[in-house]
Amino acid sequence: MQDMLTLSGVSKSYGSLTVTDDLSFSLKQGEALGVIGPNGAGKSTMFNLIAGGVKADKGEIRYDGGDVTGLSAAKRCRMGIGRSYQIPHPFAGMTVFENLLVGGAFGDSVPEKESYDRCVEVLDKTGLLPKANNRAGSLSLLERKRLEMARALATNPKLLLLDEIAGGLTEQECHSLVATIKDIHASGVSIIWIEHIVHALLAVVERLIVINFGAKIADGDPHEVMNSPEIKQIYMGIEADA
Amino acid sequence: MSMSYTVQRSTKASRVAMTVGVLIVIGLALAPYWASRGDLRMMVEIFYYLALAQMWSLLAGYGGLVSVGQQAFVGLGGYMLFALAAFGGVNPILALVLAGVITALVAIPTAFVAFRLTGAYFAIGTWVIAEVFRLGFAQVSALGGGSGMSLPASIVRSIAESRSGREHLVYWIALAIALGSILMVFLLLRSRWGLAMTAIRDSETASESLGVETYVTKFLVYVAAAGMTGLVGALIFLQKLRISPDAAFSVQDWTALVIFIVVIGGIGSIEGPIIGVIVFFLLREIAADWGSWYLIVLGGIAVATMLFAPRGIWGLISDKWDINLFPVGRRLITEKD
Repeated sequence: MQDMLTLSGVSKSYGSLTVTDDLSFSLKQGEALGVIGPNGAGKSTMFNLIAGGVKADKGEIRYDGGDVTGLSAAKRCRMGIGRSYQIPHPFAGMTVFENLLVGGAFGDSVPEKESYDRCVEVLDKTGLLPKANNRAGSLSLLERKRLEMARALATNPKLLLLDEIAGGLTEQECHSLVATIKDIHASGVSIIWIEHIVHALLAVVERLIVINFGAKIADGDPHEVMNSPEIKQIYMGIEADA
Repeated sequence: MSMSYTVQRSTKASRVAMTVGVLIVIGLALAPYWASRGDLRMMVEIFYYLALAQMWSLLAGYGGLVSVGQQAFVGLGGYMLFALAAFGGVNPILALVLAGVITALVAIPTAFVAFRLTGAYFAIGTWVIAEVFRLGFAQVSALGGGSGMSLPASIVRSIAESRSGREHLVYWIALAIALGSILMVFLLLRSRWGLAMTAIRDSETASESLGVETYVTKFLVYVAAAGMTGLVGALIFLQKLRISPDAAFSVQDWTALVIFIVVIGGIGSIEGPIIGVIVFFLLREIAADWGSWYLIVLGGIAVATMLFAPRGIWGLISDKWDINLFPVGRRLITEKD
């Protein structure tokens, strides 16, 4: 399979604080990759670098055969990189349906009316249909997280970046979230998923990387990575129980 | 997919509002036949403040562009009207429209400069740009330099023979511009661009990552608002028949009071500026002889509104009853089958 995304030697610093340190990895077309690491390890910054919200100081990001390092977030979204934010950024004054339409009409570059079908389908799939006409500002935190994923899906992504969307869910909800993400993956979308809820992550991903202090310290089969002594040491108390 | 759906744009409230709105507009259009000369004059003022408020709300409420320099475009529009009519021999009504177009064109390079700044720096930057415009026009001796000029009597007569004829015409133009500004914001918000602008209002970061070109969108909003503001500026000085740099580029008259109107009415909505302008003129009538206390009270009300009702009077109303008088939303009606 062809590489869909490649980061080579990507670095980002804020003053003397290095948040991404010479990071390199590739993602194959159709792959589902999990990302773990302690809080503040630079996982979300990595997403910002891939999606274009933050520009790399050094290194190159290639996506779909082209160099996207210098492209805007909006352009990358239209090229098929959809993302969710760890801290939800809902369009609070718009309805849930309208939130998705922004992604549909702009991220998917189709006339507004042509995005209706897709948005309704995504609302149904993510369980937000009953809330379609509610203001996004009135949603609970869990619903906001689901809205993050739904909006990203409305852009019709080829690569979906999910940033900690399973936290705080009940066992039942977590189960249905995993099923939804498996569905999305099965439809051909490549996925990178940052998650602390390791058992949910391991139910979906085929490969796992570990980030600490902005650098990649492990990359490989999820169960092997989780069982390596070094990772166990960093993750004292967090065991793979999947 | 086993689901049928429709997307509904208008609501019951919006249909009622539309009917009432049409009746009000008909009443207003007939005002020259029922209102006194003084009332007409004040209504012209209300109309141009309404249009300025709609434009500022569009800029700051949706584009996040808090400009303190809209007087640059009011003044430019006014001066363009005078220059075109007095020196270009252009019919004043046509000159009015051209003044709006020219102002929009001038706003393009202005935006390139102003958009290098963000937030508070943008606000100050726009004010500085307006001051540059004021000082620049004060240097043009053909336009009367610092003391300004009057519209030549022959041109004034070319608008309409009688004074009342001219006043009625100015009134109808003002009404048309006020309605035009509402229509412009309405159509923008109802379109695909409305989705983008509302999204930018709520979260610029998320808009970008959902494919919205925020820079381009804000740029277009800035230029469109400038064009309409220039048109309003031309109207203001067509009514006043006299222009000077200090009057044309007054930060208090054309920006500070407009911000007050938008803040108390409710920023980022069409309804807000309409309510704001009514409240402002009521206050002004009540407080007409309070001297400087009037401005102190105005400032106090604006501060209290920002602290306790950041989305203004309309924000309170729409939160409480969840209504929209202008059907810019999109409601999803589904039926599972």
